[in-house]
Amino acid sequence: MTLLDKLLQLLVAVVVFAAVMGVVLLVVGRAKGRRADVVSGVAFTAPALLLLLIGLLYPAARTAVQSVLDARSAGFVGLDNYVRIFTQPDLVVVMRNTLLWVVITPILSTAIGLVYAVLVDRTRFEAAAKALIFLPMAISFVGAAIIWKFVYEYRPNQQNIQQIGLLNQILVWLGFEPVNFILAEPWNNLLLIVVMIWIQAGFAMTILSAAIKAIPSDIIEAARLDGVGGLRMFFYITLPSIRPAVVVVITAISIAVLKVFDIVRTMTGGQFGTSVVANEFYVQSFRLSDLGMGSALAMILFVLVVPIVIYNVRQMRKVDAR
Amino acid sequence: MTILSTEGSAGTGTDLAAAATSRASAAKKRLTSPWASIAALVIAVLWTLPTFGLFLTSFRPERDVQRTGWWTFFANPQLTLDNYAEVLFGGNQPLVGFFTNSILITIPSVAIPIILATMAAYGFAWTRFPLRDTLFVAVFALQIVPLQVALLPLLEIFVGTGLNGTFWTVWIAHSTFALPLAIFLLHNSMRDIPAELVEAARVDGAGHVRIFTTIMVPLMKPAIAAFAVFQFLWVWNDLLVALVFAGGTLDVAPLTVRLANLAGERGSNWYLLAPGAFVAIVVPLVVFFALQRYFVRGLLAGSVKG
Repeated sequence: MTLLDKLLQLLVAVVVFAAVMGVVLLVVGRAKGRRADVVSGVAFTAPALLLLLIGLLYPAARTAVQSVLDARSAGFVGLDNYVRIFTQPDLVVVMRNTLLWVVITPILSTAIGLVYAVLVDRTRFEAAAKALIFLPMAISFVGAAIIWKFVYEYRPNQQNIQQIGLLNQILVWLGFEPVNFILAEPWNNLLLIVVMIWIQAGFAMTILSAAIKAIPSDIIEAARLDGVGGLRMFFYITLPSIRPAVVVVITAISIAVLKVFDIVRTMTGGQFGTSVVANEFYVQSFRLSDLGMGSALAMILFVLVVPIVIYNVRQMRKVDAR
Repeated sequence: MTILSTEGSAGTGTDLAAAATSRASAAKKRLTSPWASIAALVIAVLWTLPTFGLFLTSFRPERDVQRTGWWTFFANPQLTLDNYAEVLFGGNQPLVGFFTNSILITIPSVAIPIILATMAAYGFAWTRFPLRDTLFVAVFALQIVPLQVALLPLLEIFVGTGLNGTFWTVWIAHSTFALPLAIFLLHNSMRDIPAELVEAARVDGAGHVRIFTTIMVPLMKPAIAAFAVFQFLWVWNDLLVALVFAGGTLDVAPLTVRLANLAGERGSNWYLLAPGAFVAIVVPLVVFFALQRYFVRGLLAGSVKG
């Protein structure tokens, strides 16, 4: 495709889309009398609802069905795909890694974000200090993975060969042998998790910092008059006051972590025992063309996400109620 | 979850800085402990150094990049733009083509869901039709569906309709996946517009089209901008949707797909990978800093993409 073809495709899209809009507004504009409201409502919502029906609802239902069919969606296999996920050794490793990600990432990113938010709160350099931690949020997971892959880069330990990865160079400076980190099972999982923590800490810091600012200053003043300060202030005043926000942050990060695919795919491709559910879904579906297993993994993801989302929504209601 | 309307009090990086100076008297007491300062500094350095290292590497001559770490730059400072020139325009698959694709993918993938969602949000908020509330709850509930669940059958549909290998697949997929959250957020802020305003317009004889275009859309601009920043970052940085729908043909693949492939190759060519990564990073970074206000507002309103 030449650039011209591509631009033409864009033009067609604009025309098609403008036509849809035109029809909607025309229908709404024409509607008169008592039925006008109903006609308008349907016309305004129909394009979005139609797209959701075809692009999300139907595919989701189809995936649920495919998850109990075989690799080619030909025969019924019952819960075999699901059973395999929890029994087949390489897939059990996938589940173990996912558990590792979901437990470690939210806790550490939230802790780091919270500590940092408290440390730089109301200091002269607050805005700049926050921007630094915030920055990784704008970088794609792919970009972040490349940045960290470079940190972990390994060169064989031979004469005249210098390390170009920072972490290995630090080992060398300290007098240790360099390590090929990416191959070091199962510790390599932690190195991948670091990337996600690096990204999510900024998110945690932003939300928690806003929550800290929202603590009524009379509470803080009262505590200060009572001689509370430093760590005690943090544990007795700050933390209890922002507890709902902390819960929201932890759950939101958990959801993001469950769906993490880009980091694993870019750094290891899921090799060396680092695959997670979202990555394994891609591998099974599009590399191995096992539709049944791919669908079952997608369903597992869905089932894992739902309770966290529901809990998150309820917590957000509580935060807003304040 | 109606924080969109109250964000004024929530504040942003820059607003917070202003608030901080007003409470300067309290401020001085905070960071008096040297340990606190050191801890903050350590975190800040840890968070910046990896990016800085790769950034510096992207400007170092190929020979230096292959043989020495970026920290040796300070002993032997040499900079060049050759790496950028080569990765952007050189070789069989110059990055500039993928850059164009990223732009071509992103613009409609941001515009379409915003327009559709604004219309739908208006329909749900200010018109009455049968099953309206049920349908709205259904849309709300769709937020929890991870997009992985829809990918396989959606690909089948695209292959069946012959759309595969064009931008259409990516546009449609991104637009669809964005809708539940977009409708929900825009509906929330649209409900906050005073009913008297709408009533007054009705009394003046304005129909839904007039009310929508002259009252709602102008008032919705901040909320739309907040979502637009999110959707932009999401689409530009996306790898999964792009791989599934545009990954088969490099013809329509965006930057992320190309970079992920480059990173996966054996013996990574860091002198190309480093500038490549920053070519992909620079656009969202500019958008991010220019529109940080809206981004933070979106975060606080619960735009955590599903």
